[in-house]
Amino acid sequence: MAKTLFDRIWEAHVVREADDEPALLYIDLHLIHEVTSAQAFEGLRLAGRQVRRPDRSLATMDHNVPTTPGPIEDPLAKAQLEALRTNCAEFDVPLYATGSGREGIVHVIGPELGVTQPGMTIVCGDSHTSTHGAFGALAFGIGTSEVEHVLATQTLPRPRPRSMRILYVGELPFGVTPKDVILGTIGRIGVGGAVGHVLEYAGDPIRALSMEGRLTICNMSIEAGARAGMIAPDDTTFAYLEGRPGAPKGADWEQALDRWRELRTDDDATFDTEVVIDVAELEPQVTWGTNPGMVLPVGGVVPDPAEIEDADERAAVERALVYMDLEPGVALRDIALDRVFIGSCTNARIEDLRAAAGVVDGKRVNPRIRAMVVPGSAVVKRQAEDEGLDRVFESAGFEWRNAGCSMCLGMNPDVLAPGERCASTSNRNFEGRQGRGGRTHLVSPVMAAAAAIAGHFVDVRDWDRVAA
Amino acid sequence: MRAFTSLTARAAVLDRPDVDTDQIIPKQFLKRIERTGYGEFLFFDWRQDPDFELNRPGCDGARILLTGPNFGCGSSREHAAWSLQDYGFDVVIAPSFGDIFFTNSVQIGLVPVVLHQAQVKELMESAGSGLDLTVDIESQTVADSFGRSFTFEMDPFVRHCLLNGLDSIALTLQYEDAIGAFEARTTQPVATTTL
Repeated sequence: MAKTLFDRIWEAHVVREADDEPALLYIDLHLIHEVTSAQAFEGLRLAGRQVRRPDRSLATMDHNVPTTPGPIEDPLAKAQLEALRTNCAEFDVPLYATGSGREGIVHVIGPELGVTQPGMTIVCGDSHTSTHGAFGALAFGIGTSEVEHVLATQTLPRPRPRSMRILYVGELPFGVTPKDVILGTIGRIGVGGAVGHVLEYAGDPIRALSMEGRLTICNMSIEAGARAGMIAPDDTTFAYLEGRPGAPKGADWEQALDRWRELRTDDDATFDTEVVIDVAELEPQVTWGTNPGMVLPVGGVVPDPAEIEDADERAAVERALVYMDLEPGVALRDIALDRVFIGSCTNARIEDLRAAAGVVDGKRVNPRIRAMVVPGSAVVKRQAEDEGLDRVFESAGFEWRNAGCSMCLGMNPDVLAPGERCASTSNRNFEGRQGRGGRTHLVSPVMAAAAAIAGHFVDVRDWDRVAA
Repeated sequence: MRAFTSLTARAAVLDRPDVDTDQIIPKQFLKRIERTGYGEFLFFDWRQDPDFELNRPGCDGARILLTGPNFGCGSSREHAAWSLQDYGFDVVIAPSFGDIFFTNSVQIGLVPVVLHQAQVKELMESAGSGLDLTVDIESQTVADSFGRSFTFEMDPFVRHCLLNGLDSIALTLQYEDAIGAFEARTTQPVATTTL
């Protein structure tokens, strides 16, 4: 029978199956961070259980860490980071702590260390674990009880999800980035559009993307409600992996390639749901509301609730506009900003920083705006500095920070003040996400960079003309 | 976790779609390393508004939450389920749930019930007029005290775990031999301890 990429990975990881029970799924890699693990380790301790496979676990510090040098001042954050250090030492779990040189956002360091590999099952107590699907892995976020379950058993009971393919056709226009592709996709299918499904992103426009671009797309699968999102591995994937610390070497590498080349969806395989999107019709995207599905092309205007027929949807839009302090009919390009944040597991990899630096090179951040760049990992930071990107950003007036989740979720000192409006390359524009009362507009790195210079949103496709 | 069969209680109505876990429990409360005590932080920002649904008279003592589609979308924070349970909710009824929130809820015995949107709306009317609701996962029904009743689907394994309050780690550990056999016959992709 014809199989999908998902079928192949799922079936290769089923430890046990029985009628009326979920499959028991083996987990190849368990990524761990400070915020969702302390209670799980404590649960193990209380039950007298061990970590079954420390060698398939990897921890780092990302959510709470300040991105400026110096000690952590928040006593709660400090205690949580200390708990991670103690737990990893007690249970022999490898930890890349702040200052190790390998720390960073968990979804950035997995790929860059080469521990995220095709065909794997990967979990983490973080919803953006879907990111790792870019390598043709089945990767999904879990809660703390399931973190404990994986620590104790290296497995999870899971009902088989439904499948959905997003098939992209056409050619990506100039100025339209992977971030715009995924925001446009969520705008089309909705924030609940993929609930219960594992997504496969397919088609020539996906094949043409770099790993960084694919990671951005898979990262936001959860924002469409999907359990996971994945892309079949190909030569781009293999070229990215080769030589990284976790990648197989020598004869093992050749054998791995043979296995990985089998990881694809058969031509005659079917999906429970299929969506076709012509990327040629996409434009740079800007969110205007309080979830990632509330998004429009940059040339658009803030929607008018009076024109929405469905009462629930109208009420949601009205609430969003009140929170965002926006009037219907206002051009997105006329929205003035206070802050710009370039960072997060969505868009803080080297390519993202290169693209943003290309836009700001030789220009100045608008004096009304406070702008910052937060590399996704210590490795990305070093690489960017080797390429001189830090100097480009700093001389334009951006703050250049240490790696971490930073203002994506504001669990650390990087937060919006109430009422501040931010163009952000992160993944969630929920109320208060970046700081209580803060207003977030999600955009691509080049759109964020251009907005920092202009002081409001601009269409990057016109950047040469606007900036001249 | 504690077992659940049925409950008759007051229901609170939060008629909003796509309520994300950042709203259910904002990030500043995720720095704690305990599992308990999150109830006072439930909907922390929204509760500052005196008109917020849960601040309205009639919601006191509610143990059932009626809400809109895609409830609990977004972040995987189990703190969202912990805070709802700690606040006093035993059941959440919605047309659909964020997948991770749904799984987290089941893990701790917070019962997620899926009904059609029109049925949820009818129950919201019942609750709004002060009727108690009865949720029974043995018969898979939700009824109001006026006789309106709906049946719901529930995954048999989820239902079994909720009815018996089972510890899912202990269940899995029954299959340790099968896990060991799986590990013996498959190749190790990467050892994180040797990087």
